[in-house]
Amino acid sequence: MGRKLLLEHINVPGINTFDVYRSKGGYASVEKALKTMSPEAIVEEVKKSGLRGRGGAGFPTGMKWSFLAKPEGVARYLVCNGDESEPGTFKDRYLMTYIPHLLIEGMIVSSFALGASTSYIYLRGEMMPQVRILERAIAEAKAKGFLGKNILGTGYDLELYVQPGGGAYICGEETALLESLEGKRGNPRIKPPFPAIAGLYGCPTVVNNVESIAAVVPIINEGGDEYAKIGIGRSTGTKLISAGGNLKKPGVYEIELGVPVEEFIYSDEYCGGIANGKRLKAVVAGGSSVPILPANLILKTINNEARLMSYESLSDGGFVSGTMLGSGGFIAYDEDACIVRNTWNFARFYHHESCGQCSPCREGTGWMEKVLHRLEYGHGKMSDMDLLVDVSKKIEGNTICPLGDAAAWPVASAIRHFRDEFEWHVTNASEATSRNYGIAHYADPLKVVETA
Amino acid sequence: MKVTIDGITVDVEPGTSILNAARQIGGDIVPPAMCYYSKLAGSGGKCRTCLVKVTKGSEKDPRPMPKLVASCRTGVMDGMEVQNITSPEVVEARKGVVEMLLINHPLDCPVCDQAGECHLQDLGFEHGAAKTRYEFDRRTFEKIDIGDKIQLHMTRCILCYRCVFTADQITNTRLHGILNRGDHSEISTYISKAVDNDFSGNVIDVCPVGALTDKTFRFKNRVWFTKPVEAHRDCDKCCGKVTLWYKGEDVIRVTGRKDVYGEVEEFICNTCRFDKKKTADWVIEGPRKVSHQSVISANHYEFTPLPVVKTNPVLQAANKDQFERETRL
Amino acid sequence: MLRVDEAQEPVEFSPALISKFDEIVSRYPQGKQKSGLLPILHLVQAEFGWVSAPAMDKVAEYLSILPIEVYEVATFYTMYFLRPQGKYVLEVCRTSGCCLVGAEKIMDHIEETLGVKEGEVTPDGLFSWRGVECLAACGFGPVLQIGPEYTFYENLTNESVDKLISDLKAKAKN
Ligand SMILES: Cc1cc2nc3c(=O)[nH]c(=O)nc-3n(C[C@H](O)[C@H](O)[C@H](O)COP(=O)(O)O)c2cc1C
Ligand code: SF4
Ligand code: SF4
Ligand code: FES
Ligand code: FES
Repeated sequence: MGRKLLLEHINVPGINTFDVYRSKGGYASVEKALKTMSPEAIVEEVKKSGLRGRGGAGFPTGMKWSFLAKPEGVARYLVCNGDESEPGTFKDRYLMTYIPHLLIEGMIVSSFALGASTSYIYLRGEMMPQVRILERAIAEAKAKGFLGKNILGTGYDLELYVQPGGGAYICGEETALLESLEGKRGNPRIKPPFPAIAGLYGCPTVVNNVESIAAVVPIINEGGDEYAKIGIGRSTGTKLISAGGNLKKPGVYEIELGVPVEEFIYSDEYCGGIANGKRLKAVVAGGSSVPILPANLILKTINNEARLMSYESLSDGGFVSGTMLGSGGFIAYDEDACIVRNTWNFARFYHHESCGQCSPCREGTGWMEKVLHRLEYGHGKMSDMDLLVDVSKKIEGNTICPLGDAAAWPVASAIRHFRDEFEWHVTNASEATSRNYGIAHYADPLKVVETA
Repeated sequence: MKVTIDGITVDVEPGTSILNAARQIGGDIVPPAMCYYSKLAGSGGKCRTCLVKVTKGSEKDPRPMPKLVASCRTGVMDGMEVQNITSPEVVEARKGVVEMLLINHPLDCPVCDQAGECHLQDLGFEHGAAKTRYEFDRRTFEKIDIGDKIQLHMTRCILCYRCVFTADQITNTRLHGILNRGDHSEISTYISKAVDNDFSGNVIDVCPVGALTDKTFRFKNRVWFTKPVEAHRDCDKCCGKVTLWYKGEDVIRVTGRKDVYGEVEEFICNTCRFDKKKTADWVIEGPRKVSHQSVISANHYEFTPLPVVKTNPVLQAANKDQFERETRL
Repeated sequence: MLRVDEAQEPVEFSPALISKFDEIVSRYPQGKQKSGLLPILHLVQAEFGWVSAPAMDKVAEYLSILPIEVYEVATFYTMYFLRPQGKYVLEVCRTSGCCLVGAEKIMDHIEETLGVKEGEVTPDGLFSWRGVECLAACGFGPVLQIGPEYTFYENLTNESVDKLISDLKAKAKN
């Protein structure tokens, strides 16, 4: 059994209420941090923990905090990113629904460390139930003196507000989120300046994912060094993985980073294997934006080593044969899944969610969707695959924000690894509309590569 | 600060963007800019035509930048080295951007008022491929009048946001903006409203394409048959310095004076632009040298619209279906 | 093309609604009241079922911003309805994770049961439905949500959808 730092008490009845949460040791980190630690010391602990941002990019949180500009007399803000709209990812919603006080506890400690006296939790608009849950939890915490003026008599003041969005994936991008929080269209800002210098209302701001902030709680309770002992290499601590798709037991799992992918999929502790006794065909390991891999490459790296659930191991092989941990949205595809249809589905998503500011993404995402649509519906051409790769290359790296890259990678990787399935959709167009290509060779053992 | 662009070194003030540094050098090495407008704060960064490669970050930190950057929004550092037309990567990326800009553009240059002074036309000529690879219906909008002086032909818009910044910064209120998102984005007033205030006509001058045009442009004419003349008048609202466009003896259009990058030197008011169309209204200074590098001045006007291949009825139906659904939602 | 030419009913905001707006605006620093725009538009939609142009003008007036700033925002985000919808809008996730477990079949079933296409309103004015992008519940798919509370319904089957629809019909009668 791996250690659980975030979800340890998730099954305790009433853990969503202040009293039960407190009786399980909740809010201890607030007492410890506010009464016995300086803000700098907290930042130092987080640095030591090696915690990396859980929102997708994996940037070390402690380092991000230390970049925050601290000009005299200017407010600083902490904004929690609860936009969670990446297809495949549903851990933040789960965490906020069942154990909301964990996030609030993390927000208090983190705000204190950053010197923020007003902090916002930005949730995607569709999470209205979670807005209500968090607001209730905030009211409870406030009534017990953990929020508001002079918290626990330490002289530290903090107001915490929940802000709903309006329905836009792009508002997960941190500068688009800040725009949205300012009541504007969610157009990502052109950087520089970075939020650490000029973020919300032009003031220095840190944006962190829900899970990153929650993870600060065990880090303060147990110490950064203890936290860093969990995990493997530079992937320290535990991570929430949202497991979905054709799995026997889909759901949110807290893993110690470094669990083998094979164990994660097939062991009864985690997903329990593929549903309905089918075989695994492909996996998207970190949310829709990361490259999709066929079964053989997700279980083993190209060098035939077991692949682990960690930042490094998943990206082993780069874009040629690897993928990324991303936000931990793990989607498993069984032998009946159609990769072409799925790629079209993702392309439609990015087309729908592009903010439309910059030309390559605005026009390119729509173009890719249309080409994939015709491939899926049996009107494709052999040249379409090269066209798609070419269009994806023209988007990638040439845009304002990483959504352009995120739209390009799933398409490029699907064609890289599943080209024969795409070609089959062209050569056997009518058959392709009535049956699936099947698992083909995608789960075959990898040919061992000769290493010189 | 010293910065080297395509091998040419120039000394610039701190805080200058790469694009402006390149403009100080001038010539072929200046990246094209479709959305940046030096007189509008906050503009730029969107169209991505001005991408360049930074091969050396600065003297202090000589690492190259990992991605191509938008030269209009990237500040120079001392000792920075930049490649524009000398980098095949940049040329390739720019070609890609131009292709993207053109896939939903109507390419109706033969009937467009902007033809001859359109930046997209120039760009398409210089960087476009001969044939489009886009085989779907282009996005279309009806043309509408926003007030009795300005016509909006949204189909041609490249969403550079310049007109939005102009309304915010030059006029006293803003009635139009960008609605919707992604490739459904459009310039609109949402509720039919006339965009009409003292300086609203400037949106016509800043528009890099023929999306916003002057409705009072009499005897619709191709700009290259008209004769630009510099003139001024005493105006209590603006500087009064304009370009008059003559056809024969008639002033058919009044605009701000544009520099080689197509930017007006100073914004002018609507009275000067729309209501003063007699020679007697003006003090003539002399003929304007059209310095703007356009396809026309280079005598290259052979730009025929690229055909849209429409061969598959099933796909057309699917396109239509999807479009209807999305407009319904 | 997005242009509203037909005249729309003028709206009035009740004092109760205004006081909710006031509470929202108090969350932001002085002069940053525009931050309240998104939550306020949600409240308006909850009250009227959609956001009409006159309602947006009123919001602009309340927040001391330009009407166009409200239009820009309301058209950017997908959750705001710019035309009247059914009383209950069934929003079904149509993204990959849910499609693997049958979201497309659920949408077909809803279309058949309600007898209207995506984005249309049933003749009794009770229902609309539409496909939306990933709702962050992929492990419990197929899922749908219903505003204005955005209640969630997970692990949908044809039967559970039928029951939901008949429950809502009964609820509307009372
Ligand atoms: C298109 C796009 C969507 C994103 N969506 C989310 C999201 O839904 N939730 C999130 O926490 N981070 C998201 N991010 C990442 C954020 O930009 C940012 O890196 C993150 O909030 C930083 O927090 P962290 O360091 O704690 O991970 C997204 C990024 C991009 C480019
Ligand atoms: S990459 Fe796409 S989403 Fe990002 S700013 Fe450009 S158009 Fe908007
Ligand atoms: S109408 Fe013209 S100025 Fe305005 S965004 Fe479109 S192209 Fe730019
Ligand atoms: S001019 Fe630089 S991005 Fe448009
Ligand atoms: S894919 Fe349906 S909720 Fe994520």
